Amino acid sequence: MFRLENRPEASEAMRYWSPVIAVVLTLAGGLVIFAALGKNPAEGFRVFFLSPMRDLNAIAEILLKATPLMLIAVGLAVGFRANVWNIGAEGQFLMGAVGATGVALAFKGASAAVMLPTMVVAGAIGGALWAAIPALLKTRFNANEILTSLMLVYIAQLGVSWLVFGPWKDPAGFNFPQTETFEDAALLPMLIEGTRLNFAFVIALAALAAGYVFMEKSFIGFKMRVAGESGAAARYAGFSAVGMVWIGMLVGGAAAGVAGMAEVAGPAGQLTDKLSSGYGFAAIIVAFVGRLNPIGIFFASLLMALLYIGGEQAQQYLNLPSSISKVFQGMLLFFLLGSDVLIQYRVRRVSRAPQAR
Amino acid sequence: MGASVNTPAAVAGADGKRPRLELRGIRKVYPSVVANDGIDLAVTPGEIHAVLGENGAGKSTLMKIIYGVTRQTEGEMFWEGQAVTPDNPAHARSLGIGMVFQHFSLFETLTVVENVALALPGAPDLGDLSRRIEKVSEKYGLPVDPRRLVHALSVGERQRVEIIRCLLQNPKLLIMDEPTSVLTPQAVRKLFETLRQLAAEGCSILYISHKLDEIQELCHTATVLRGGKVTGHCIPSQETPKTMARLMIGKDLPVCEHSQAKEGGEIRLRLAGLSHASDDPFGTDLKDMHLEVRSGEIVGIAGVSGNGQQELLYAISGEGPLAEKYPVQIVGIESGRMMPGRRRKAGLCFVPEERLGRGAVPSMSLAENAILTAAKTRGFVRNGLLDFAAARAFAADCIHRYNVKCGGPQAQARSLSGGNLQKFIVGREVLQEPKVLVVAQPTWGVDVGAAAFIRQSIIDLRNAGCAVLVISEELDELFEICDRIAVIAKGRLSPAKKASETNVEEIGVWMSGMWPGADALAAGAGEAPRVPA
Repeated sequence: MFRLENRPEASEAMRYWSPVIAVVLTLAGGLVIFAALGKNPAEGFRVFFLSPMRDLNAIAEILLKATPLMLIAVGLAVGFRANVWNIGAEGQFLMGAVGATGVALAFKGASAAVMLPTMVVAGAIGGALWAAIPALLKTRFNANEILTSLMLVYIAQLGVSWLVFGPWKDPAGFNFPQTETFEDAALLPMLIEGTRLNFAFVIALAALAAGYVFMEKSFIGFKMRVAGESGAAARYAGFSAVGMVWIGMLVGGAAAGVAGMAEVAGPAGQLTDKLSSGYGFAAIIVAFVGRLNPIGIFFASLLMALLYIGGEQAQQYLNLPSSISKVFQGMLLFFLLGSDVLIQYRVRRVSRAPQAR
Repeated sequence: MGASVNTPAAVAGADGKRPRLELRGIRKVYPSVVANDGIDLAVTPGEIHAVLGENGAGKSTLMKIIYGVTRQTEGEMFWEGQAVTPDNPAHARSLGIGMVFQHFSLFETLTVVENVALALPGAPDLGDLSRRIEKVSEKYGLPVDPRRLVHALSVGERQRVEIIRCLLQNPKLLIMDEPTSVLTPQAVRKLFETLRQLAAEGCSILYISHKLDEIQELCHTATVLRGGKVTGHCIPSQETPKTMARLMIGKDLPVCEHSQAKEGGEIRLRLAGLSHASDDPFGTDLKDMHLEVRSGEIVGIAGVSGNGQQELLYAISGEGPLAEKYPVQIVGIESGRMMPGRRRKAGLCFVPEERLGRGAVPSMSLAENAILTAAKTRGFVRNGLLDFAAARAFAADCIHRYNVKCGGPQAQARSLSGGNLQKFIVGREVLQEPKVLVVAQPTWGVDVGAAAFIRQSIIDLRNAGCAVLVISEELDELFEICDRIAVIAKGRLSPAKKASETNVEEIGVWMSGMWPGADALAAGAGEAPRVPA
């Protein structure tokens, strides 16, 4: 029999080491998996982790993939810190993409200076509106936002399918479920010539900086942290719990919506029914691996992007199934939660079942 | 190992009886602290033995070792002459050791009899058990209805359930951990009768407390602990509270300076017919409460917990805003519907009963906890951003002036002892120069030195013209600091009486809901045991 025992004082330093430990264990676990699948672990390691960083182009791809993760994760972190559990960023991402696509299709011919900011705003509004539904249900009917926000993801996915199979289908698109490709004015400018890295990366960095100021320096951010740590203390201090839910959901939704805009106005260049590769869910892992801290989120999203691209490379060069990326994401979260538990508790061997008093 | 000259064997020998329980050289080391260090103690059959000490002196740890909750690092325990080490509470109970904890261990969603059944071996018949509970409760004067659900019981009634649960197992040793903090004076006397009766029947009792007068009245012998060590064994009846206090805290008991209240100050807090149905289906509804607290006076509200204190405090602080404006008036402003933030701006400060998790956020630093309530009143917010330097300075000032022992403004709230955190919270509220200060259980679980300091700072604030409302279960405390005292019972509030014109007896009677003018309904519903006239 083993028993988890609360440590009298959990190490503060270890809290920051635990993501690092989780990464190392994920790497080790990856080597074991490669070996078990009959691949040379060293080769697997090279393909999965090193080749995504081989040159400028590859690194630009990592930054490109990390952009939506950063945006979504920093928005989610605002809510998570206040115990507002928005699990539906995937749906908000899609609705942001829908909002931006609507603008791109409706105002063809507008200049980029007008078009792009309008698309960003439309994306943010689309995501925020989708997040407002669980917020309303939570504050009005006390419905659990974890369930409602998650269920709305599937509604959003079907909504996007309906749009691209129906009203928004490109007439010249050979019946593929996709919209017209956007005009140049509706595409984000490139940051580095010859790569796909676009201006959205700058927006994401700005969001991280804004998130940092909001969470660490502002009074509202402080209130949200208090609400997350202790509901009774927030009530005692007079911080409105309803307000926390609204801010947490709307900020998360808006950030995810902007990420959706960046995807359609960036690498995708149009809305399709395969727009997201699970960024909204992966960003939840990113937020926690980054300790709900913008600086941590920056590094965690680079790591997650590496796992995405490494997974693709592993499919191509090692003939591994596409689920390998998910396996690595899962291992990362598992090891992170595991090390967190062992930082808070220690394992004790007990000779017999402990008896409750 | 014991520092004392009176070894337990010597004490036992003087009584001429073999000790039922004997501890020799008990030492318990936790990762960060030595909780017990070389403790010797002996209890004979029929003896009521006090274990006296401040918070953190190691009393609870020692009792947990005896009751098998935890195990000593070193030292031996003898039970009726045999060396034993209880593996767990069930083992201790099978030996004949019963314990009534300070914090109750009852399942709220179960009835009294179901809770009792859980502690008994096997699966007793509930009907039969109910009759046994009624018999024991009658024999020892502990009235409680076995069919009631525990969450509907008052704290005093819950304690009775705990005691009955122990008594049903015919214990040879009963451990009582700070049992009187939740009782009316009359109920305390009743409890003492029960304990004396038990002792006369041969049961040994270990009585843990820091209340010197109770120990003098009840206990035959006493062991005094300080900092995990035995500082003396004594016979309480041959000591004075002063000499025992010196053993307990190492110096004389501090006394508060309390001058006469200035009369005729302006009304700062007024309850004008406050009625409020509790949000909690098992809470207490407030009924037509009237009270005025004036500038420069301290008004106390006595009462057994669970009689509406929590609901009243929520209504005053704004944590549970009312539907109407007029019933709560703060500095003349009808504030019933305001949120706590706006009441604070009007000049209300509030020290809640729970320190960690309500009065302070455990994982946050003291500087951040200063922001919790002082952000607006002390101007820590500029353009929506926080001025952390100002908050740190405020926290540092509070730490310095209120003598808070901690690692500085960056120390986490949870790293402080209960008394030090309470000093910080009181300091934080007082330093905001409130017009009205409401304090709940100001010294609950706080050691004697810190308690005196907190009381003095409340009195000083009153002298500076603040209107202070103190809600406390400790009558001694209320009589020490209050100018006027009212009583809360069953959601009703008695008139406030000048502290100099009343006494513990009268307030004790009122605490059962029977004050002059209380209507028949309220009196009939009085919940403390009936009081001899």
